[in-house]
Amino acid sequence: MSSATTTDASHAAPAGEHGHGHQYPFLAHHFDTPVHQFDSAKLGMWIFIATEILMFGGLFVAYGIFRGQEPEMFRMAHERLDRIMGAVNTVVLLFSSLTAALAVRQSQVGDRKGTTRWLVITLICAVIFLVVKFFEYQHKFHDGLLPGHYFQAHLQQFAHHGHVLPQRAHMFFALYFMMTGLHGVHVLIGMGVLSWVLKQNLDGKISKQFFTPVEIGALYWHLVDLVWIYLFPLLYLVG
Amino acid sequence: MATEVANAPSHHEEPDPNENYLKAGRGIWSWMTTLDHKRIGVMYLVAVILAFFMGGMFALLIRLELLTPGRTIMGAATYNRVFTLHGAIMVFLFIIPSIPAALGNFVLPIMLGAKDVAFPRLNLMSFYVYVVGAVFCLFSIVSGAIDTGWTFYTPYSTTSSSSVVSMTLGVFILGFSSILTGLNFIVTIHKLRAPGMHWRRLPLFIWGMYATSIMQVLATPVLAITLALLAMEKLLGLGIFDASLGGDPVLFQHFFWFYSHPAVYIMIVPGMAVVSELFATFSRRAVFGYFAIAMSSLGLALLGFLVWGHHMFTSGQSEFATMVFSGLTMLVAIPSGVKTFNWTATLYKGSIWLTTPMLYALAFLVQFAIGGLTGLFLGVLSIDIHLHDTYFVVAHFHYVMMGGTVMGFVGGLLYWWPKITGKLYNETAAKVSFGFVFAGFNAVFIAQFIMGSRGMPRRYYDYVPEFRPYHAFSTYGSWILAVGFFILAGVLIQSLRKGAKAPPNPWGSAGFEWNTASPPIFSNFAETPVITRGPYDYHEATEEELFDGFPEDFKKTES
Repeated sequence: MSSATTTDASHAAPAGEHGHGHQYPFLAHHFDTPVHQFDSAKLGMWIFIATEILMFGGLFVAYGIFRGQEPEMFRMAHERLDRIMGAVNTVVLLFSSLTAALAVRQSQVGDRKGTTRWLVITLICAVIFLVVKFFEYQHKFHDGLLPGHYFQAHLQQFAHHGHVLPQRAHMFFALYFMMTGLHGVHVLIGMGVLSWVLKQNLDGKISKQFFTPVEIGALYWHLVDLVWIYLFPLLYLVG
Repeated sequence: MATEVANAPSHHEEPDPNENYLKAGRGIWSWMTTLDHKRIGVMYLVAVILAFFMGGMFALLIRLELLTPGRTIMGAATYNRVFTLHGAIMVFLFIIPSIPAALGNFVLPIMLGAKDVAFPRLNLMSFYVYVVGAVFCLFSIVSGAIDTGWTFYTPYSTTSSSSVVSMTLGVFILGFSSILTGLNFIVTIHKLRAPGMHWRRLPLFIWGMYATSIMQVLATPVLAITLALLAMEKLLGLGIFDASLGGDPVLFQHFFWFYSHPAVYIMIVPGMAVVSELFATFSRRAVFGYFAIAMSSLGLALLGFLVWGHHMFTSGQSEFATMVFSGLTMLVAIPSGVKTFNWTATLYKGSIWLTTPMLYALAFLVQFAIGGLTGLFLGVLSIDIHLHDTYFVVAHFHYVMMGGTVMGFVGGLLYWWPKITGKLYNETAAKVSFGFVFAGFNAVFIAQFIMGSRGMPRRYYDYVPEFRPYHAFSTYGSWILAVGFFILAGVLIQSLRKGAKAPPNPWGSAGFEWNTASPPIFSNFAETPVITRGPYDYHEATEEELFDGFPEDFKKTES
């Protein structure tokens, strides 16, 4: 995706011969116009988002199958998740999607400071999300609610509401950790992308004519948000 | 990496856009950091040929071991590793990237009249991702090897002690490379067509690449998550695929084949894409049923996602599911038939020129027909119960993968060789090598059809003596095949060293990629071409466009 931001390729084009290369330093030599380049980058990101959805799709299918087999176990196991923390994180991510969209808007109107402000707020939201997630994970680790071999039934004496989880509840936590873990990795990747966009903006490479990185980065961030919107009800609001 | 390249002080060394791409920028570093799709294609080409050589060596070892019943050269455990590595290397390191990433990368932008693919940096990244994935695969070979078969079926893969994790990680990484290439091609085809290159004028190679890319982009992520779950299952004991923990091993098979059935079309559709070009050029007439062939590629891409269950007829999935999958599998014959008949009709009353690439295309036609029709046998439930997991299946998919895709790859390689290297190769020697390859290939696998239909199970180390003549015949065939490929390698090396200089259009083709110099200049065309006809419109192409000599000679013939 970053290829759309080529800054060094147009030097070779002698003035006038290869079109507009000399007018726009950001325009790569194989594109005709900035709009052409922008559209290509955006299409590329949409296709990449499709691949991400299919990747998570595998986990959603596994979830559907095992929940269909043992709905009661899922209901019991999900009560060990902290709904409040999950809800807080949902709000934080939704808000961060808004701020990402505002960053795009500010970059389109050429407001560099505004873009920086909204990008920083988005990144702060991402950090808050991960911190909350960290405390959630820590709690699960403490209770022995871990996937697979590490699922420890003996710690269930501390079971809340007096329920003891069936041994097969390890499946729920296997899915919980895989789904939220993969999502967490995507939050980290998204933060990397947005930090890079922020650096581009601070370096003065983003302008009214060229806001592709902001738009593409925000698009990716919306995907991260969207996946969580499905994960939250599936994992935290089972029954 | 992206930012690094952007900041590199490349201003002074910016290649001259009108210089031959092989000479624009010198030294190993200019290759390692190149963003030129042609150079990346050449690097891929070298990599996949190395992979093919390695996978081929494992194939020869398998055949040698099976020459006699019992132990011939290796023990049973080694044998399991060798056939696994043969399969995994050929599938993931060779066939999937072979035509799209190597030939496609080189030819696709030129055919479209573009200067490069849409995302050149992503293109280079996909190559390095491929290399990293290949390193992981090699690591799993030296660190004890893997003996699960290329399908990694659970529960064996999650309980065996071989290096499953490094291999699956390698395949996972290779998948990313495949996704990035597919993504790049889709955007390139949508956005970088030259003026006048509308969809009905797209060369059939491009249509095939488009269908392939869609499958790569939509199927590979599912393999990624499957392998991630498999690795986690092995490391943490998740239990999703483990029946003793409440999981479902058949679920793994569903996940795996949801990718791997489209993956076999990711392998064969590019082969079809290449031979469509070959039939047109060497029959010197418009492809019969152009639009039908184009749409049948997309049809295969769609059907590829609907038939994965036919790999699992004996796995214990529901009877209803097997019936549905069997029915859908029959539908695959329709687009395949559309292609086969249209290619045959293209030959009819064409002016056929039997060059080596054309011979490979004709071999494709015959062998793909055999491979495709035996696929229908396997799609029939009652017959599949008998043939499942026998050598019949092995022969079937080798007729498609090797008899089809490899023929397409070699045919395409020889066809575009003068364009890629700027050198001609020795046709006579190439034809001799084709003779060996064709005879050897059919000897190897016809024997396997027969023994498979008589019940010889695949992947077995040992066999009863009555199968010995078939196994021996198959092994002798593999030696003929190997001789063929070694001659071919000699032909290509000789061409690189001493080959005559190639004119821009040595085959006199009407295809657009021949309108540029051989080898092409750095920016492909001196100025963006304007397309005014279809790629197979021999009646509309000018004599100058179809002239098979050097441009200066054409002027002489005119005057």
